[in-house]
Amino acid sequence: MSQRVIKEILSQEEIAPKHFKMVIDAPEIVEGAKPGQFLHLKWVDNIGGDPLLRRPISINDMDKDSGELSIIYRVLGRGTELLSRLSKGDKVDIMGPIGKGFSIPKEARKVVVVGGGMGIAPLYPIVKELLNKDREITLFLGGADEGQLLNLKDYEEMDLELKTSTVDGSHGYKGFVTDLLEEALDGADYIYTCGPEGMMEVVQEKAKKLGVKGEASLEERMGCGTGACLSCVCKIKVGTKDDWEYKKTCTQGPIFPVEEVIFNG
Amino acid sequence: MAKVNLEVDLNGLKLQNPVTTASGTFGFGPEYYQYVDLNRLGGVMVKGTTLNPKQGNATPRIAETPSGMLNAIGLQNPGVDHFLKKILPEIRDYKFETIVNISGNEVEDYAKLASKLNVEGVGALEINISCPNVKKGGLAFGTQPEMAASVVQAVRVETDLPLITKLSPNVADITEIARAVEEAGTDVISLINTLLGMKIDINSQKPILANKMGGLSGPAIKPVAIRMVYQVAQAVQVPLIGMGGISNADDAIEFFLAGASAISVGTANFVNPEVTMEILDGIEEYLVEKGYRDINDIIGKAIEKKNNIV
Ligand SMILES: Cc1cc2nc3c(=O)[nH]c(=O)nc-3n(C[C@H](O)[C@H](O)[C@H](O)COP(=O)(O)OP(=O)(O)OC[C@H]3O[C@@H](n4cnc5c(N)ncnc54)[C@H](O)[C@@H]3O)c2cc1C
Ligand SMILES: Cc1cc2nc3c(=O)[nH]c(=O)nc-3n(C[C@H](O)[C@H](O)[C@H](O)COP(=O)(O)O)c2cc1C
Ligand code: FES
Repeated sequence: MSQRVIKEILSQEEIAPKHFKMVIDAPEIVEGAKPGQFLHLKWVDNIGGDPLLRRPISINDMDKDSGELSIIYRVLGRGTELLSRLSKGDKVDIMGPIGKGFSIPKEARKVVVVGGGMGIAPLYPIVKELLNKDREITLFLGGADEGQLLNLKDYEEMDLELKTSTVDGSHGYKGFVTDLLEEALDGADYIYTCGPEGMMEVVQEKAKKLGVKGEASLEERMGCGTGACLSCVCKIKVGTKDDWEYKKTCTQGPIFPVEEVIFNG
Repeated sequence: MAKVNLEVDLNGLKLQNPVTTASGTFGFGPEYYQYVDLNRLGGVMVKGTTLNPKQGNATPRIAETPSGMLNAIGLQNPGVDHFLKKILPEIRDYKFETIVNISGNEVEDYAKLASKLNVEGVGALEINISCPNVKKGGLAFGTQPEMAASVVQAVRVETDLPLITKLSPNVADITEIARAVEEAGTDVISLINTLLGMKIDINSQKPILANKMGGLSGPAIKPVAIRMVYQVAQAVQVPLIGMGGISNADDAIEFFLAGASAISVGTANFVNPEVTMEILDGIEEYLVEKGYRDINDIIGKAIEKKNNIV
């Protein structure tokens, strides 16, 4: 069940250049939230309606006991710039949790998780959940530099196989995260991915080649976040032929079966 | 019990209160059940409905602009048959009036839609005349008085339901179109639809919307909408439903004072999904505070009466 709440920021810090982590006290949202779901956020003061629209941001972490949740986001345009200026004690207007979230099929014993750039942010909750359920995880993180490998320190403490890559070579393999993928996919049962479309397309292709199914988290521009406005649609395959239909990324996604997504549609 | 009367009668279309939701911004209603007590709404104008299902435009379909947004959804909808079979049964028991917004490429499309929608559970039809007429080279029905009138006449003969005609603001003289659709038999006029606009990404050096151009909505268009409601209120006798940038009760009241008998809330639902409830409460508070007993007492108050006989 989604709801709208106005909540206090517990802390906000710049964790890497232009990357911010905000912790919010929101027990009502955390209570029903699942990995892969997101928030539709707004600053409280947008007098005169500028900037107008909410911003969709994934839940990066949540603690059911304390009711705290955190988000990690990159400053891109005016909306995220305004969010980044808020600090402890300020309020944010939240709709959430929104979307279907990831699923964990029984047969997914050996899983591969691939995150690129900001797409790493929504993966932390599902990785935690997979570990709780004793799944064997190989996690690939790719970014421009080490600072973009979000939650790196947390992952290093976890019982999983971590493979990093950076374009500038500052951490792990120098190059693209997808270069390393094929070997790990061989023998895997399931894959989870989030990142730039180009990256996910390569992931899809390699997974398909090896017959591995899985889930991808998509991004589209959003208006309502309730399924009403149809601005956030993405192309999803239906049936066996080349047929597809538009599905709403907000309420029917943002998680879709990776093999059914038509990228760059 | 309400302290003031909020019921309005729009030429036979009775609404329990004057707060409705604008077509394309509120789905079919249930999309908002988690945020809004749907039974408190006066009416819901459902998503623009066409004869056949429509896939709509490619993405991106929206772009943010100063105090507003552009949209080019392209009328994605499941088609009228699906609406009648699957959606209407799910919404007909709510207390709001279900107002079906209809769109077509030809006059005959509108007539066929009206005849199919002449069923119980539909409270009224809202004719969207902003669509391009394929037979007339894609010129929007709503930009030419004769073309607008021909659509209204074609619908009128097919239905006894209250008819609302929704005007496009992309014209030189909105009162001319308003008079034409009144003459053609519309019971109510709603205005305004979106203003045609565009936004270009200076990095990619391309338009942001896949459709290149789109309709501007939100607070940015409110002064234009108020002006048009004010003008049309003085040009026709039929009641008006005002919309365009309404974001709070103060905005809504401005529309009543300009001559609207009811209002529609569109883009503001995206910003605050609970806004319709806040507007409804705010209207009531305003009336109580100013000592009015009836919403109808403030409709058109800002219009100077020229020929006051006694
Ligand atoms: C389901 C989902 C989850 C997301 N999770 C995260 C996250 O955890 N961390 C993070 O940094 N970013 C995330 N994003 C992307 C984030 O929403 C955009 O970066 C943000 O909206 C940009 O806003 P802006 O004001 O900075 O940019 P502007 O360019 O000023 O925004 C203008 C408009 O375009 C929209 N927009 C621009 N870029 C995007 C984009 N990539 N995706 C969707 N809408 C966009 C904005 O929402 C706004 O309506 C997510 C997007 C979606 C759809
Ligand atoms: C995303 C979106 C979709 C819309 N779809 C329709 C539609 O299908 N039919 C229609 O008549 N108007 C449509 N409109 C126009 C609105 O109903 C309304 O007239 C306009 O947005 C102005 O009101 P606002 O500023 O409160 O949004 C749409 C507007 C938006 C923002
Ligand atoms: S954002 Fe409106 S339908 Fe998804």
